Amino acid sequence: MKKLLPSLAAFVVIAGLVATLRAPRNPEAYDIAAFSQLPTLVNGRIKPLDTVARTSLLTIQGRQRVTSADGRSLAPAEWLLDVLHRPAQADSYQTFEIVHPDVLALLNLTTEQGAGGKRFSLQQMLRSLPELDRQARLADGVEHALRSTFQRAIVQLRNAVLLYQHLQTSLVPPGTDDFFAQLEQLERLLPAALQTPMTAGQASPHASPGGKLILEMGTAFATMERFAFLHPIPPAPTAPDQSNWKTVGAAWSETLENGRIDPAARDFATLGRAWRDRQPEAFNAAVASHQEHIDAAFPGVHTRAIVETRFNSSQPFYSSAVLYVITFLVGVFAWLKWPELLGNIAFRIVVIAFAVTTLGILTRMWLEARPPVTNLYSSALFVGWGAVGLCVILEYIYRNAIGSVAAGLIGFATLLIAHHLALGGDTMEMMRAVLDSNFWLATHVVTITVGYSATFLAGFLAIIYVMRGLFTRSLDARTADAIGRMIYGIVCFGTFFSLVGTVLGGIWADQSWGRFWGWDPKENGALIIVIWNAIILHARWGGYVRTRGLAVLAIFGNVVTAWSWFGVNMLGVGLHSYGFMDAAFWWLVMFAFSQLLIIAAASVPMEYWRSFRSAASKPAAAHSGRSSPPCLGVHRSRP
Amino acid sequence: MKEFLRSLRDSLISLKLTIALLVLGMVLVFTATLDQVNLGIWTVQEKYFRSFVIYAKFGPVALPIFPGGYTIGGLLLVNVIGAYVYKFKFIWRKAGILLSHFGLIVLLVGELLTGLWQRDYFMRLDEGQTRNYAQSFRDHELAIIDITDRAFDEVVAFPEKLLTGRREIQHAKLPFRIIPDSFYPNALLQVRPPETEGHRSSFPPSIATAGAGQHLLVAPQPITYKQDERNLPTAFLEIKAPDRSLGMWLVSTQLNAPQVFEYADRSYEIALRPVRSYKPFSLTLLKFSHDRYAGTQIPKNFSSRLRLQTTDGTEDREVLVYMNNPLRHSGFTFYQSGFENNDRTTILQVVHNPSWLFPYVATVLMSVGLTLQFCLHLFSFVGHRRALTAAKPSSAPTAAGTRGNPSTPAAATV
Repeated sequence: MKKLLPSLAAFVVIAGLVATLRAPRNPEAYDIAAFSQLPTLVNGRIKPLDTVARTSLLTIQGRQRVTSADGRSLAPAEWLLDVLHRPAQADSYQTFEIVHPDVLALLNLTTEQGAGGKRFSLQQMLRSLPELDRQARLADGVEHALRSTFQRAIVQLRNAVLLYQHLQTSLVPPGTDDFFAQLEQLERLLPAALQTPMTAGQASPHASPGGKLILEMGTAFATMERFAFLHPIPPAPTAPDQSNWKTVGAAWSETLENGRIDPAARDFATLGRAWRDRQPEAFNAAVASHQEHIDAAFPGVHTRAIVETRFNSSQPFYSSAVLYVITFLVGVFAWLKWPELLGNIAFRIVVIAFAVTTLGILTRMWLEARPPVTNLYSSALFVGWGAVGLCVILEYIYRNAIGSVAAGLIGFATLLIAHHLALGGDTMEMMRAVLDSNFWLATHVVTITVGYSATFLAGFLAIIYVMRGLFTRSLDARTADAIGRMIYGIVCFGTFFSLVGTVLGGIWADQSWGRFWGWDPKENGALIIVIWNAIILHARWGGYVRTRGLAVLAIFGNVVTAWSWFGVNMLGVGLHSYGFMDAAFWWLVMFAFSQLLIIAAASVPMEYWRSFRSAASKPAAAHSGRSSPPCLGVHRSRP
Repeated sequence: MKEFLRSLRDSLISLKLTIALLVLGMVLVFTATLDQVNLGIWTVQEKYFRSFVIYAKFGPVALPIFPGGYTIGGLLLVNVIGAYVYKFKFIWRKAGILLSHFGLIVLLVGELLTGLWQRDYFMRLDEGQTRNYAQSFRDHELAIIDITDRAFDEVVAFPEKLLTGRREIQHAKLPFRIIPDSFYPNALLQVRPPETEGHRSSFPPSIATAGAGQHLLVAPQPITYKQDERNLPTAFLEIKAPDRSLGMWLVSTQLNAPQVFEYADRSYEIALRPVRSYKPFSLTLLKFSHDRYAGTQIPKNFSSRLRLQTTDGTEDREVLVYMNNPLRHSGFTFYQSGFENNDRTTILQVVHNPSWLFPYVATVLMSVGLTLQFCLHLFSFVGHRRALTAAKPSSAPTAAGTRGNPSTPAAATV
């Protein structure tokens, strides 16, 4: 039984994971699943409408779930359809997150009125929108870094409302009574209108049949073209730029010019009308028609859209975050009871979680056609992935559950960071000009990120050493020694990768800017990690620190790495400030503070550590961290 | 005395000093990075990295508070080289470490030389415009140009620094002296409101008696350290010939139209302008392109198509400078750094760094060193394990698995 249990646990976990891969089912007769796979161009990338719906929801309310007034929960794509075609319903969904008390007061709202005390509908804000706009304009005049929290909250809310409104104007122009009926009328009138000489129409548009309608519709299309968020109309197969997808407004404007109706634009009109008028058959037929068209003309795009939709719904990073938490708990229990059994279970789960994260990252790479790290979000994923990978190796060698616990801790922490970074919008952004180089992204960026992983891992192993030694009796001399060696080995690894990554960055800088080193903040951040790791190694080689000293230095490495990873971006200066952020500043300070606290705790004299209290009385205390095998073979510590 | 020297040498090459210097270096880099928010990258480099001592101002007195980049880097260099000289003992086991530390020496020396030799300029080109010189970002010069001969100009240029004092400036090629009056490191110019009968300006009359300065007001501004802003210096100066004064002139980098005066049958132009560095070739901007991703304003690429012509006539070709792909020509690197004027003007940054090869050599040395060390370690690790297996065939570790097994390979991570 004992032998079977770990395999059984692994089987249950895998079965659960496979279940997340199921195709999402349609709750009603509407083929929402097919609709959510339709591709569209947004922010320079062609992505399924599902992604648009999810990232929009994350941006405006910080989560993907929507609940209607009658308590039914909506799929993101369903919400998007309502936003596009049933504005009255959509406006009543409480999907705008407002937490700042002054903003609430400004909009005459109280927390009691909001869903969960913080989510409000557009309807609730409707009367205060002009005031919101006025306040946001005032805040716009203030330099970003100098804005107060109120001003930031105002600007954020205004941008959320703008995004919502841009979405709404994507397929239907604002302020028309029955756009689809007008479209139908236009389609009927168009052949005749185009045959009438234009001069007559220009002289008196109201005279020609439908001239007034054509003029009106022309204005409506222009408005849609200008404000639309979605570009869902694929280019004609003969168009020179195949990446240039159009807005629905642009497609209809062209129809006014040449009389040819774009089939995709018509499909979107049909499905919109069907959704509004609650006609599932018509809706499904229009979606299927458009899907066929895309599949025939752009098979690659269609496949990607399907994979991405499935990727979104299976949420691999959420699954692995849950698994990391389980690993952590099981691993910690393994130190106290049934070490072999629980250790085995933890190891199996962490390997599965690692595999899931790997698959998730690979899928993102394939979708983007990019190396793994392209922005802060993906760097968080990759830092976690690298650290967990190292943990798996450590655990394979040592089998003392320390690798599993560290993996659970770092894996979960980095995925949590990634989750918060994803609130800014689509995490697969287009690369800004200077970063658009797959070669350097694949070498410099990946190496330096592995360096971050290793430095963090060393720090977390050190935390485990301190916590276990200080507060539990479970840290025996042999384990203490093993952790010491792990930290040392990982620091060596981290030094190597940080150094190589930094130097590669210098070469990239020389290739593109003509100088190897420019003391730019991000360069300095990388340099500080290298220097700190070098300090740890030299202190170890010189025999100035032993296991505990090594642990303390490694914990401070967490602060150094966190600063270099996020802190320098918050300075808002330099060539690398690609990921500006401010809300995270508080968390960074808190993290640094917590690490300093742990360092302070580690400075408690050894005889007060619970694990060593008894050992200290014995003369042959073996935990002193005697010379560990040299990682780079030099400067053996003094005997 | 000998004792003292020996102990000095020992501490100079000690590992303790290495660690101390690394810590100091880390603090220096960290502080300098934070200070970039206030001082901008250029001033920070001068203050922190290209200095021996960093001073802090306490009221009127400036006190040295921290060693600068040259001190820390120099001592580190002495420390590493000293360790090589006095502790050197070649052991195979350490070969990789020796090599990579040698790479570190090359890197440090290269950075020192870069600090001494590297020059940065920019070249601003409108579409169709040709230039054979680049301009400095921060340094300015007072140029007096003899334009009498239509075939060529004779330029005498003085560094900006000379304008800040009150000392007369003379040059053998000029038949007059220049007497600086006042200097503003950063100032805006405004047109004086015209004085009419009955309405007198509330501003005191300009001290300029010649040229455009008579009609301009000078509004001094605080010196800017921001990376995307530039200081606009302005100065008043008097030009004095032996027989008479040629007037008090205002010169500024903001004046575009040339100011010309005549003396002794020769015509001179006077201008304050960014320091120029003339090249043995010229560049013409044929086309600047600013590509965006479809349906967005996100920049995808910036590129400048240029025509490169050398003065000796050996080269005349078109080149394309774009992101991550600079033009390298006769020791200069031209890279795309900005654009202006509705995408019709390109700004190229021009870098001259004769010591550019050092980091590459250092990189090769360090990479080879670390790889060698890794291999050496791996071999000894494998050998060690083989020996262990051979010695104890019965109790050989079945897998690396047994919990806390003391014979478990330890540092397999590197």
